[in-house]
Amino acid sequence: MAQSHKQKRLSAWSTPLLLIAILLVFTLLVTVLGDKPLARMAAQTLIRVTFVVGLWIFVGNSGVVSFGHAGYMAIGAYCSAWLTLRPQMKGMFLPDLWPFLANAEWHVFPAAVASGLLAAFVALISGAAILRLTGIAASIATFAFLAIVYTIYSSWEGVTGATSSVVGLTRYANQWVTFGWASVTVLAAAWYANSASGLALRASREDEVAADASGINMYRHRLLSLVVSAFFTGVAGALFAHSLGVLNPNSFYLGITFITLAMLVVGGIGSLTGAVTGVLVLSIIIEALVRMERGMTIGETTLALPTGAQEIIIGIIMILVLIIRPAGLTGGRELRLRIGGRGQT
Amino acid sequence: MNAIPQLFFDAMSLGGIYAMAALGIALIFGVMKLVNFAHGEYIAFCVFALIVPSTDAVAVMFLGKAPAFLLIPTLLLIGAAVAVASEFFVFRHMRNATPVAMMISSFALGFVIQNILLVVFSSRPKAVSLWPELNQPVSIAGASIPLLQLIVILSTLIVVVTLAVLLKRTRIGLEMRAAAENFTMARLLGVRANVVITGAFALSGALAAAVALIMVTQTGVADIRMGGQIMLVAFIATVIGGLGSLPGAVAAGFLIGAASVILQGFLPLEARPFRDAFLFTLVIVSLLLRPEGLFAPRSSKPRV
Repeated sequence: MAQSHKQKRLSAWSTPLLLIAILLVFTLLVTVLGDKPLARMAAQTLIRVTFVVGLWIFVGNSGVVSFGHAGYMAIGAYCSAWLTLRPQMKGMFLPDLWPFLANAEWHVFPAAVASGLLAAFVALISGAAILRLTGIAASIATFAFLAIVYTIYSSWEGVTGATSSVVGLTRYANQWVTFGWASVTVLAAAWYANSASGLALRASREDEVAADASGINMYRHRLLSLVVSAFFTGVAGALFAHSLGVLNPNSFYLGITFITLAMLVVGGIGSLTGAVTGVLVLSIIIEALVRMERGMTIGETTLALPTGAQEIIIGIIMILVLIIRPAGLTGGRELRLRIGGRGQT
Repeated sequence: MNAIPQLFFDAMSLGGIYAMAALGIALIFGVMKLVNFAHGEYIAFCVFALIVPSTDAVAVMFLGKAPAFLLIPTLLLIGAAVAVASEFFVFRHMRNATPVAMMISSFALGFVIQNILLVVFSSRPKAVSLWPELNQPVSIAGASIPLLQLIVILSTLIVVVTLAVLLKRTRIGLEMRAAAENFTMARLLGVRANVVITGAFALSGALAAAVALIMVTQTGVADIRMGGQIMLVAFIATVIGGLGSLPGAVAAGFLIGAASVILQGFLPLEARPFRDAFLFTLVIVSLLLRPEGLFAPRSSKPRV
């Protein structure tokens, strides 16, 4: 019995390693075979992996759908911009920054960590209130949180540049940097999911009342998972900022909220494997459709999808996946190695 | 000019639009626990049904040229048809799916509708002038308000009363209320699930068409993104009102409209751009005080 318990633990740890291996193969293939736009697409995809896995830490374990994570992403992205932009530029574009931020000229890595920490701190404060709610009321409250963050960041002229974009960020977030962060996020997600807190939280996801009766303080575990989750979405925001080099509050509103939730649900909300699968599958399909929109030359004829067809097709694919497999592509199962005897796959 | 009646009419007419949109969402949620994110896109679809399909910047009226007694019923029918079609092609196949999966597929559906509109009409907002004479001001109680505001308030009242009569006095209404109370139990007692659900979608689509007519007359613009913001507010109103409670959705719609007009009127000038941040903070506070909603039906509290 003890033996099989140990095997199960090992087997559980094989999941993140396998997922990282898949991400590594993806990154290598793109770097070796692809052109520059493809490498940029890979970096974007890995940023989304970071974001969606970060989102999964909260949504997957607690079962509460959060619409607010794009808000934490915005907080991380702008924080990194405040810390890394050259002071002269900040003086020009963001005149109302506090002196400490206005003079900051941090290296990009500590700035990314600081961005995650700021997002985690905001999550601690906002979550302390929002997570007193359960079910759909909690989801709506996260939506309201997103709207609050969006309104503040798109109106606070002197600090965030409001709706005019912040430009001139160093574009260091290439596919390898983002691969590194995506791997760290996958490891952290697996560690959290298998920790005592993660297990308690998943018990409360399955049956709130039974978990409560077993002495699980759902509020505390939800708050902890939200804080961990917000840290990684904040980092994803910083990476996003440094991959495009341009920041605009509109990048962090309804569009990204829904596409990332869709990735999570299409992949399968119940498992870490599902989060990673959803991002990879949808990102690859989107990229393929975008290329087809630009046109493929076969012999002398050029075939091209009409503009806008990409979004329509991706929407239809999402609906079909959800109709055929309502629990997502992975159906809530994890990818894992069988280690010794009867393991679960 | 008298400020208080002015504020009152602004609040009532904005609240009326929110209330109608919230009703459309609450109707469907009550029957099948679906949070329908495509509702905003039904509104946009109805707006664009008024004009000739083209990507030109100037809108040419198509259905919009018809006289009002023909235009209004036709547009309501179009709205109902879109909603019923979406149920038939998408949601009917997801009866056993989790609410989250249904919610995401409704979002995907909205995304598809929006992009079809984008391909056909382009993303530039277009000027549409429908019944411009309704924006002429009339003066009531010392306030000068556009005639349209009065019409909005009146038509909200008519819609709410009609809906109430429909739900209380007809067989389908009775079945819908039973289904909203306890869907499984209602089916066991012989309520026809497909009829009720189709009926709820048809009503919800017609409400979307009504909102579309009001919005396009008021703003004079057709924009493919016009459904998004109102859907968000309506969705929040549905929850604050108590999910599944139709009177609650109406009351909360008016409440949010009033709060938004009052904040706009009384916030200091430098805080005014942040109005929505205050509004949504109020939303969170209201949820914290009454998590089940302000007017929750007794059935909404899960029994253990």
